[in-house]
Amino acid sequence: MPVFLLGRLASSLLVVFGAATIVFLAMRSVPGDPAVVMLGVSATPEQIAALRASWGLDAPLFVQYFNYLVRMASFDFGQSLRLGISAGQAVAQNLPNTVYLAVVAFVMAVSVGLPLGVYSALRRGRAADRLVSLLSLAGQSLPSFWVGIMLVLVFSRALHILPSGGAESPQAVLLPAITLALPLLSVIVRLVRSGLLEAMGEPYMQTARAKGLGEPRVIGVHGVRNMLIPVVTVVGLELGTLLGGAVIVETVFAWPGLGRLLIDSIAARDYAVVQASVVMLVVFFVAINIVVDMLYGVLDPRVRVNG
Amino acid sequence: MADASIVTQVTRRGRSDLGIWIPLIICAVYVLAAVFGPVLLGFDPVATSPRNRLLPPMSVLSDGSLALLGTDSVGRDLFAQLLAGARISLVVGATTLLLASVIGLVLGTIAGYAGGWADALIMRIADIQLGFPSILLAVLVAAVLGPSLTNVVLVLAVTRWVVFARVARAQTLAVKSRTFVDASRTLGASNLHIIVNCILPALVAPVLVVATVQFGLVIVAEASLSFLGLGLPVGIPTWGGTISAGRNYLGNAWWISTMPGLALSLLVVSVGVLGDTLRDRFDPNLATR
Repeated sequence: MPVFLLGRLASSLLVVFGAATIVFLAMRSVPGDPAVVMLGVSATPEQIAALRASWGLDAPLFVQYFNYLVRMASFDFGQSLRLGISAGQAVAQNLPNTVYLAVVAFVMAVSVGLPLGVYSALRRGRAADRLVSLLSLAGQSLPSFWVGIMLVLVFSRALHILPSGGAESPQAVLLPAITLALPLLSVIVRLVRSGLLEAMGEPYMQTARAKGLGEPRVIGVHGVRNMLIPVVTVVGLELGTLLGGAVIVETVFAWPGLGRLLIDSIAARDYAVVQASVVMLVVFFVAINIVVDMLYGVLDPRVRVNG
Repeated sequence: MADASIVTQVTRRGRSDLGIWIPLIICAVYVLAAVFGPVLLGFDPVATSPRNRLLPPMSVLSDGSLALLGTDSVGRDLFAQLLAGARISLVVGATTLLLASVIGLVLGTIAGYAGGWADALIMRIADIQLGFPSILLAVLVAAVLGPSLTNVVLVLAVTRWVVFARVARAQTLAVKSRTFVDASRTLGASNLHIIVNCILPALVAPVLVVATVQFGLVIVAEASLSFLGLGLPVGIPTWGGTISAGRNYLGNAWWISTMPGLALSLLVVSVGVLGDTLRDRFDPNLATR
């Protein structure tokens, strides 16, 4: 394994550790004693004390923190007070839905954004390019929760062709995925457009043309491949935004994923699940970043040499 | 955009001038509407009126006044709510950016100027925070602090300082090695004098550009938090809160969710155009996310 990847792995562990610490401190400083929440206000002080002891809540904070980290290493976050299952199970049940939603959104964003960006670059300065640029700026800055609601208004309430929420039917993924894909798609369009325009001025494009290659091959192979390196970097960073966006989009569409689980658990003060889902989202996020780093090596041989 | 070509023929930088003036005028209208709108309109945005529930835009209310954008589920005037929401959004956006840029400037300048362990520590924290989806951090911290205006500003400033710190650090590093800084030092200037008189002036332009780009993001983040019920308290009219409230009436009152979203979208797209134009004009290489 190259040295730079080891470094990335170490700093990723640091991020997960930092996230675990933040969520631990956050959950310990939220007003409301979970034992009181569990037992209700009619419980006697003895009962509350007994429950606190059984959860280890009477120990000093740093002991609790240490225990929490040790248990987290085996993905044991305790019981969900709301769902009656372990927090790990709750996360495991919801994780596949979030992955599915994110993958569909990602595929949509790339398969539409890449050609649209190339098209926009080839039509530089014309009306179509202006339109694509303005739309992609809008797509990047519009609030996704509102875009989602508007899609529901049009496709569910007015046209009745797609469900407004849930995950019961196979086409239910479409509206949330479009909503989630829109900002990423817009970023990809803008990056591909500017990247390709930059690449077209490079000498190797001249060389490719001088060799007698056809224009589709010059653009498709020499232009696009070189422009992909910065695109992959930013798309990797934006995938985190995609995960963050999933928190909101899942809430809008009642999509049974990690993000909605997190928001519902925060509302219900179900701390075990909050901790588990935050740590899981961050692990997910960090893993994506590592994959992106590895992709560099595949796309850009210079990275491999420099190691 | 049709006007752009005409103006381009007149002034050489016509297009980018339009890219600055049009969004700037739109933003000015928002600011004026937020400051004077509620006073001029005279409606109470939270006054309920059961007789005027769910009236569509352009309806005449029972007291003879016109509901330009309709009413919501308890008969509150939607236009008055939008104006009140504009106040909240602009106040949150401005104060958040002020706080985030001050924190970011101080830490970024220290990191860039001092270097060494201070630099390593500050930028390490920044990296860790960037390794964490910012809306997730906002949701968590907001859940701990509870809904209030001050808390929303704090939460969003915490998620935004990193961007300012990075720009301030990069710019400080670039300026620090310039000859006029060396000259000042040779003449016996203190570090504080150099930072205040040589470094800070160089930070103003890039920080303003970053602040413009971030303004739209902060406003959307506030609306998202309010939408999730983690932003401002329920009684205060915010764009995000009104959009959320309208979700239950999509079938019979589409305007409740639509109108505040349009107001929010026009503002953030304008700010986005402005930020893009400024960035292209002043520093094409400025790394902003």
